[in-house]
Amino acid sequence: MSNGLDSAAGFLEASVRTATPLALAALGECISERAGVINIGLEGSIIAGALGATVAAGVAGAGAGFAAGAAAGVAVAMLFALFTVWLRADQIITGTAITLLSFGLTGTLYTTLYGSAGVALSIPTVGVVPIPALSSIPLIGQALFAQPLITYLLYVAVPLCAWWLMRTQAGLALRAVGEYPEAAVAAGVKPRRVQLAAVLFAGAMAGLAGATLVLAQAGTFVEGMSAGRGFIAIAIVVLGRWKPLGVAAAALLFGGANSLQSLFQAMGWRDIPYQLFLAVPYLLTLLVLAGASGRAAAPAALGRREITDR
Amino acid sequence: MLSASATPVDQMAVTASSRHSGVGAWVLRTGALAAIALSVLVLLLLATGHDASAALSALARGAFGSWYAITSATLVRAVPLALAGLAVAIAFRAGILNVGAEGQLLMGAAIGAAVAAIVGSPSSTPAAALAIVVILLAGALAGGAWAAIAAVLRQRYGVLEVISTIMLNFLAQYLIGWLVRGPLQEPARINPQSASLPDALHLPVLLEGTRLHMGLLLAIALAVGAWWWLKETAGGFRLRAVGSNAWAAATSGQIRVTRTVMGAFILSGALAGLAGSVEYTGVTYALYDNFSPGYGFTAIAVALLARLHPLGVLATALLFGALEAGANAMQRDAGVPSVVVSVVEATLILLVVSAERWRSRVVARAESGT
Repeated sequence: MSNGLDSAAGFLEASVRTATPLALAALGECISERAGVINIGLEGSIIAGALGATVAAGVAGAGAGFAAGAAAGVAVAMLFALFTVWLRADQIITGTAITLLSFGLTGTLYTTLYGSAGVALSIPTVGVVPIPALSSIPLIGQALFAQPLITYLLYVAVPLCAWWLMRTQAGLALRAVGEYPEAAVAAGVKPRRVQLAAVLFAGAMAGLAGATLVLAQAGTFVEGMSAGRGFIAIAIVVLGRWKPLGVAAAALLFGGANSLQSLFQAMGWRDIPYQLFLAVPYLLTLLVLAGASGRAAAPAALGRREITDR
Repeated sequence: MLSASATPVDQMAVTASSRHSGVGAWVLRTGALAAIALSVLVLLLLATGHDASAALSALARGAFGSWYAITSATLVRAVPLALAGLAVAIAFRAGILNVGAEGQLLMGAAIGAAVAAIVGSPSSTPAAALAIVVILLAGALAGGAWAAIAAVLRQRYGVLEVISTIMLNFLAQYLIGWLVRGPLQEPARINPQSASLPDALHLPVLLEGTRLHMGLLLAIALAVGAWWWLKETAGGFRLRAVGSNAWAAATSGQIRVTRTVMGAFILSGALAGLAGSVEYTGVTYALYDNFSPGYGFTAIAVALLARLHPLGVLATALLFGALEAGANAMQRDAGVPSVVVSVVEATLILLVVSAERWRSRVVARAESGT
């Protein structure tokens, strides 16, 4: 029995750990999509953030690693914004290209910097910072309160984003750009500026997600280690119905599904096909999309190219 | 929501269909874009301290250096890119942002492998030929059915096809992950892969002594067929009309937009699914995780560089096939990571997109007389 409880606590801990980079990237994407920009180049920002973090952390420590990860994510997002916000090229096509470009560049740079053999890098990683008392709550204490600092950042960032988006003038302006840009223009908002800021914020968050993969989880860089998390983040935004709190919950669900494999192994359930469980959150996302509430939650001008702003 | 009304690629579809500037101009323009992309590659190689001339010559050798390189590396890689490229081109021409070619291709391979497992080892040559046709068609049907899910979600529930096809890509990937560890796993049950396809069910080799298979002829025939169909038939006209202006097509009263979009989406999925079953019966002979090295995504670059023209897709698939074949040689002989060609592919997409935007801005300015 206590073994079962341990496994459950371990599963919850793994879920939160797996969900952390997903939630970081998805929170950024949520803000970007609320401004009408769907960025499937997010994957590129994540992998760039991972490499940036690897390089900087090796030289100047984990803190510098997170900063460099965010900066690398912003750099990739800047390129995406150049084509989509300024040139108003198609967001999906540009995003596809940005992802390809980032995989190519990071793979090439990594091999150049560290050799083609993929020398085992030793990067300083960040440990867990247990919060006294809270972390000894049974079952959920370890999961929620014995995590690296970057997870705690989310505990602040998620409610902050929710408040900012719904309760501030700037948040209203951003939502207006994503719903009805002409109205935003009429109210004196500059859509391009808002979208640029939103895309860069998403890039920084995705870069942090990449840095988290390296500095708080893998402890090394692997080519293509973002492994589709940018796309998963887009699913999370949909499942979270474009709301920061919903996004956090959806990220937990995806993190949980991805942690089932180890739970099944710990419990000795070898015959249960975990791939089918991995698929569940995606199925849910499709169902949410098809439901009336999912449709109503989507920003009306999401993906729109032309904005008459002058 | 954007899905049902707006067609983000309409601009490109219009320019693709209305500009009859001839094959020569297209070759010239594409050549210029390829030259810029290659210069980016050279700059990157120099910046990362590689011997650019050694790398480029390894690239050229790997792609075109020998009869074997041309047939068994370049052309073999071009086949799935051409089929999936056609899939993307058809969808984009209809104003459908199908980024699910990857998942549709995987479903084609998966169902192809499932049908092959049921068929077993045929006893006679005619039976084997029939079985191959059935496997290929099953792949096309599976791809079409996978696309149909996104098509219904878009037309009936207004779901952005971009998001739904991304979800369906993941679902296809997990489905294969389960199949190759469950019902379709090899009898020995050691590796996560399917039993290998019996020789009798291999797609016939086109040229003795090479790996080049009949799929090449199929891709050429389908490209020519798609070109003729788009250009000369009422169905092709409806597809282009819906793609360039869905609202005008609907208000004309002559075109049933929903039916046209559904048809185009399913056709696109079927082509991608066929790419999967052709790759399975022609090259891999087995199903496994990571069956596709991203053919469905590269296909987007293939289609865009071809300006969504079916015959152009053949040319650009050849170009990308050569690039990827050459990249492997470059990694082997010059120590340059093969992933570097992704940079070339991405540069080409971005160049095409910005060229389109530039042109439409110039046109808009000329029309408004400023």
